[in-house]
Amino acid sequence: MDAPMTDHLSTVRHVILVLSGKGGVGKSTVATQIALGLKHAGKKVGLLDVDLCGPSIPKMFNLEGSDVHQCPEGWLPVYMDKEQTLGIMSIAFLIENTDDAVVWRGPKKNAMIKQFLSDVVWRDIDYLIIDTPPGTSDEHITVIESLKSYCPDGALLVTTPQGVAVGDVRREMTFCRKTGIPILGIIENMSGFVCPCCGEITNVFSKGGGESLAQQSHVPFLGCIPLDPMLAASLEEGKDFMEHYTQSPTFAALDNVIQRLIAVDKDF
Amino acid sequence: MSDIPENAPEHCPGTQSEDAGKASACQGCPSQAICSSLPKGPDPAIAEVSKKLGCVKHKIIILSGKGGVGKSTFTAHLAHGLASDEEQQVAVLDVDICGPSLPKIFGVEGEQVHNSGSGWSPVYVNDNLSVMSVGFLLSGPDEAVIWRGPKKNGLIKQFLKDVDWGDVDFLVIDTPPGTSDEHISVVQYLSEANVDGAVIITTPQEISLIDVRKEISFCRKVNLPIIGIVENMSGFVCPKCKTESQIFPPTTGGGEQLSKDTGIPLLGRLPLDPRIGKCCDEGKSYLTEVPDSPATQVFVDIIDKIKTHCSKSRSQRESDTGEAMDQS
Ligand SMILES: Nc1ncnc2c1ncn2[C@@H]1O[C@H](COP(=O)(O)OP(=O)(O)OP(=O)(O)O)[C@@H](O)[C@H]1O
Ligand SMILES: Nc1ncnc2c1ncn2[C@@H]1O[C@H](COP(=O)(O)OP(=O)(O)O)[C@@H](O)[C@H]1O
Ligand SMILES: [Mg+2]
Ligand SMILES: [Mg+2]
Repeated sequence: MDAPMTDHLSTVRHVILVLSGKGGVGKSTVATQIALGLKHAGKKVGLLDVDLCGPSIPKMFNLEGSDVHQCPEGWLPVYMDKEQTLGIMSIAFLIENTDDAVVWRGPKKNAMIKQFLSDVVWRDIDYLIIDTPPGTSDEHITVIESLKSYCPDGALLVTTPQGVAVGDVRREMTFCRKTGIPILGIIENMSGFVCPCCGEITNVFSKGGGESLAQQSHVPFLGCIPLDPMLAASLEEGKDFMEHYTQSPTFAALDNVIQRLIAVDKDF
Repeated sequence: MSDIPENAPEHCPGTQSEDAGKASACQGCPSQAICSSLPKGPDPAIAEVSKKLGCVKHKIIILSGKGGVGKSTFTAHLAHGLASDEEQQVAVLDVDICGPSLPKIFGVEGEQVHNSGSGWSPVYVNDNLSVMSVGFLLSGPDEAVIWRGPKKNGLIKQFLKDVDWGDVDFLVIDTPPGTSDEHISVVQYLSEANVDGAVIITTPQEISLIDVRKEISFCRKVNLPIIGIVENMSGFVCPKCKTESQIFPPTTGGGEQLSKDTGIPLLGRLPLDPRIGKCCDEGKSYLTEVPDSPATQVFVDIIDKIKTHCSKSRSQRESDTGEAMDQS
């Protein structure tokens, strides 16, 4: 690949990473909902999926099987809407058979991520949301090193409430501090399940772990997102939750995070 | 697995070839320096690992493409279940280098291991249950392991060839999600060590199954036998009104359909039970804390099936090779 003629990332106003040491806590869920929320708030948004072995973003938008097109400036993202206000890039768009595993060691993953960062034509977007795999390894080091000169806004850390997840997120915070990436805040996901039959609240994965971690480590706490079967179902169908469930507590919790991100923008 | 990378130049000799880095096609390839400097041929560690693990009767790898589906939870409970028979020696190896959860789940967080002359001795949870994890090598709960692949692979190699497990009946290996360095390394180092097979963990929703199918194609690519699939977090029964909710809906048929599509047996379906999560956080075994629950019954059934598979695969190996019991 030749070096790109233009520096596509320099036209992006805000870069936000979604991180967690733990798997399955809802990083991709939070990344998609925030991207959708920002889009509904009138922003132009890009969503980059750097989870190369487990890309979930295309499925969550019902865009599986879409193809990425090449243009003279580089790769065009796949847009979820005709107006092209939310563009997505994921390795899933580049693989022919979705059941095939991407069996790559670090160096190859790093090369792919660098190419995503340099070659995707984002075109004047307000926000670039980057969804990551769990951990503190190749993908994370490469993304952060490559983004250094663009001064990303920072990272949203996602956790579930239980100790096993919080433990991994503590390590992720150390990673952020060591690599100099600001922590925008902690989101506690899947806290509290409301029985649709009797209204009883069960803390399936315990409660409060994310909030107390935020307090202990003096990082903003951005709220609790309930364990909501409607959200899980929307993601399965690739349906826009942020458009269809504006009355739900889950929407309110997600919207709160989005409003805070937008408020930061106004301060400039 | 082909050793020709997808982005390789035309006529790439392959990264394992004698000519790697030296052929004319290598000129100008960005990987030329790496290819020409790496040692060729099978890694001598493979033989060392299979020798070291010769005194381990059964080896089981727990895998899932997806994160947070319960690999570590299942690993721990499989180990507890196997170790409930005092005659059996059970060992657990955690190769999740960046997110080690087993020290907490086994209630041995904060323990340290030391590397003596003869190797590392694992941490004992019970007389017949030992664990090794990178978590025991860290200075505290905030320490992050910010390592790229090669360093992770180095540690995995050391874990496989330098831990003194003693005579062990079962070695259960917990992995991180994905199909990358850790997985390739474990499978490579164990390629001559007679692994009984992998247990694949999934949750019921398609978002998870997408990644799990990739893990299955990985296993097939590297010829790792699959013992079966465990569907975890299948349905939640409200403790108040007893209504069951599908929190993670099986929109494409869940583990059952996956089993039909792939011909891999479904070993069982474990319900979402908040007490499982609580036991993990407190470092206790759910099997003994809540013995009368539906989930414990499912765990016990699954563990029985795995034991049966292992004894079959061992006798198969013996009849294949004509070897005696203590040689495998
Ligand atoms: N059947 C279940 N019911 C309730 N909670 C469960 C169940 N299975 C797992 N959990 C909880 O879900 C969380 C995730 O499980 P676990 O850490 O074992 O997943 P993992 O696949 O090892 O994750 P990672 O990919 O990050 O290594 C844990 O807090 C665990 O206690
Ligand atoms: N608040 C929530 N309520 C219900 N389901 C959720 C919630 N957050 C995530 N999920 C579901 O949990 C699963 C894992 O989430 P995902 O975003 O893929 O995690 P990660 O990207 O961290 O691996 C997905 O099936 C998703 O739909
Ligand atoms: Mg994800
Ligand atoms: Mg785990």
